[in-house]
Amino acid sequence: MAIGSVPLRYRISIDRDRCMECGRCVENCPYGTFRWEGDRIVVDSRTCTACHRCIAMCPRDAITLTEHPCDYRTHPVWTRDARESIYNQAKTGKIILAGMGNASPLPPIFDRLLLDACQVTNPSIDPLREPMELRTYIGKKPSRLSFKRGEGGEVELQTELSPNLKLDTPIMIGHMSYGAISLNAQLALAKGAHEAGTFLGTGEGGMHPAIFPYQDNMIVQVASGRFGVDVDYLNRGAAIEIKIGQGAKPGIGGHLPGEKVCADVSCTRMIPLGSDAISPAPHHDIYSIEDLAQLVRSLKEATEWKKPVFVKIAAVHNVAAIAAGIARSSADAVVVDGFRGGTGAAPKVFRDHVGIPIEAAVSAVDQKLRSQGVRNEISVIASGGITNAADVTKAIALGADAVYIGTAALVAMGCRVCGNCYRGLCPWGIATQRPDLVARLNPEVQAEHVANLIHAWTMEVSELMGAAGINAIESLRGNRDRLRGYMLDEGLLKVLDVKPVGA
Amino acid sequence: MVVHIDAADLHYTPLNKQIRAAVRDGEKEIVIDHVLGQRFIADGLVGEVTITVNGVPGGDLGMLMRGPTLVVHGNADHAPGNTMDGGTIIVHGSAGDAVAHSMRGGKVFVRDDIGYRGGIHMKEYEEKRPCLVVGGSARSYLGEYMAGGIVLVLRQGETGPFVERGIASGIHGGEIYIRGEIDEDCLAIGAKVLPFDEEHRAQIRPLIEEFCRHFGVEAAPLLGADYTRIGPASARPFAGKYTWE
Repeated sequence: MAIGSVPLRYRISIDRDRCMECGRCVENCPYGTFRWEGDRIVVDSRTCTACHRCIAMCPRDAITLTEHPCDYRTHPVWTRDARESIYNQAKTGKIILAGMGNASPLPPIFDRLLLDACQVTNPSIDPLREPMELRTYIGKKPSRLSFKRGEGGEVELQTELSPNLKLDTPIMIGHMSYGAISLNAQLALAKGAHEAGTFLGTGEGGMHPAIFPYQDNMIVQVASGRFGVDVDYLNRGAAIEIKIGQGAKPGIGGHLPGEKVCADVSCTRMIPLGSDAISPAPHHDIYSIEDLAQLVRSLKEATEWKKPVFVKIAAVHNVAAIAAGIARSSADAVVVDGFRGGTGAAPKVFRDHVGIPIEAAVSAVDQKLRSQGVRNEISVIASGGITNAADVTKAIALGADAVYIGTAALVAMGCRVCGNCYRGLCPWGIATQRPDLVARLNPEVQAEHVANLIHAWTMEVSELMGAAGINAIESLRGNRDRLRGYMLDEGLLKVLDVKPVGA
Repeated sequence: MVVHIDAADLHYTPLNKQIRAAVRDGEKEIVIDHVLGQRFIADGLVGEVTITVNGVPGGDLGMLMRGPTLVVHGNADHAPGNTMDGGTIIVHGSAGDAVAHSMRGGKVFVRDDIGYRGGIHMKEYEEKRPCLVVGGSARSYLGEYMAGGIVLVLRQGETGPFVERGIASGIHGGEIYIRGEIDEDCLAIGAKVLPFDEEHRAQIRPLIEEFCRHFGVEAAPLLGADYTRIGPASARPFAGKYTWE
């Protein structure tokens, strides 16, 4: 006890006048914060994760959660977090794991970019009466089309078109594997994506048979662990994504602990029950951009060139050069995942300190590809920290074709961003494989919420476009003239290729 | 009937199209001549067919393949058997790096040597237990992150201990058998030398016999030799590395 315990992070209190001792809080909390003592419910605030399940389920609004004020000596450098991380590591000697996205208080660049609106001479467009084109095709586009006129005068397309994904909205759902999330959660996302006319990623967990009805909306992932990857899996997907890097943990692999590898997860990942599922940092067959090109082509060859192949990389300092290499590899899309990307588990030091913001990364990638004359050869998907429809619109204006959302889709299903995904006890039935917790998530109901969110954001994007005098997503893509930077320094404005406000 | 394909000046896609068409037509034997570096031969191919490859195939031979038997009369480039699901690859020569990478079923036999990262991340599930048998030697990081299956290195002609770095780093399933002694300093994190007894000799016996049958090698000296058996120290090599936020 030389170090002792740290102060409470949250304090839960029960209003005894309102509480009717129904016990729903006890039943709903998998962390053991509530328990019966005789006929009275008592609280252990130390175990609380602020998941809000108890508050959401209390029929009498009797529960209050407050962030417990820090009672350390205030200090601008030695923050509560800095000190508590050290106490933790001094006791354990281990790497600290964390869930969800980057928790550093760095200002999102999106919030310092402002969108344009039309006024008099160039009037805005009313999306209620004017057609707005939000349909997006992801994949290679030809630089030019060539035609042949037949003897009967009919025109025949000579250019061979690459397979593209057809999206009704530029919003897709990123990769979250069965294993990291529950089958009910993945099923809800799949149904929601199907409903919204878009796609979602399998993550690197293989594809469970329950997902097969939605396989036309699934992008199957090939990561370094190659879990669940066989030729049937590749053929099922609408597209294939090679995961090289992830925004929440650039430069390192993934690791699903053995206790989450239950019978069903072992079956979809094709590994023994209870075995660790280790995805090493590199793909063992990729040690150069040429090797990456080879993997892209081998996956295309295995699926007879019928599927678009994406390559997902983490946003890092030389992301534009990497993307330029990927553009020449036969890949159809590059996914750039920014440092605010979420995760079920990442070393905290990586999550909070490695990588760069998606806003700068996507702009740098778009500019580099344009300067090299290959922007048309590949689609760009931005992900990592998209929190609302304005972020979607700004990401596209900075050069993305479409975005992936992750945490936002989980929040649509009830997630309260408590950040304890790696513990496998998610009270909302999302990041857990415990049957009683999984059963809390109704895939039908949550699919509707996910589809609603995508519909709502798509309408907002359409309204924002109309306000800016734009009626097609293609006119918004890379259209930095519709953005202005507010309180951004000159260097960053240059990277973003955006003018400051007033200019 | 044997189908002959002349691969001279043929790109891998039309070559694979011809192979697929023949398999769809129910052909059971295909001979490909003049192979010179074509990658992805039999990539994702499903079926019961024997394909003889005369020449030197390029990388990812038999990647994601399920079922066929590939017999290569020549060396193979890197990663033959990459993420292979089932079937057999027999290489009458040497092969490059990452042989049998993430292989999940079937067998790969290489008569001579292989490069770095052989058998890397091989894994198994239920009845699928992949095997890699190497007649000569292997380079560093053999069986790294191995999660299942068997790697057998016969080291024919070698007499000293096996000294390659990073043997089986991160291994959490499966077994590696190396003929003769190994320098234990070469074992990497998570790997452990395990006892080798008659039960284990019986386990590798069919693989040795099959290897000898493919390449016309006398089995007795290999069957009677001593092997070092390497396996995971734990099924959870990194379980103790992390703490909660």
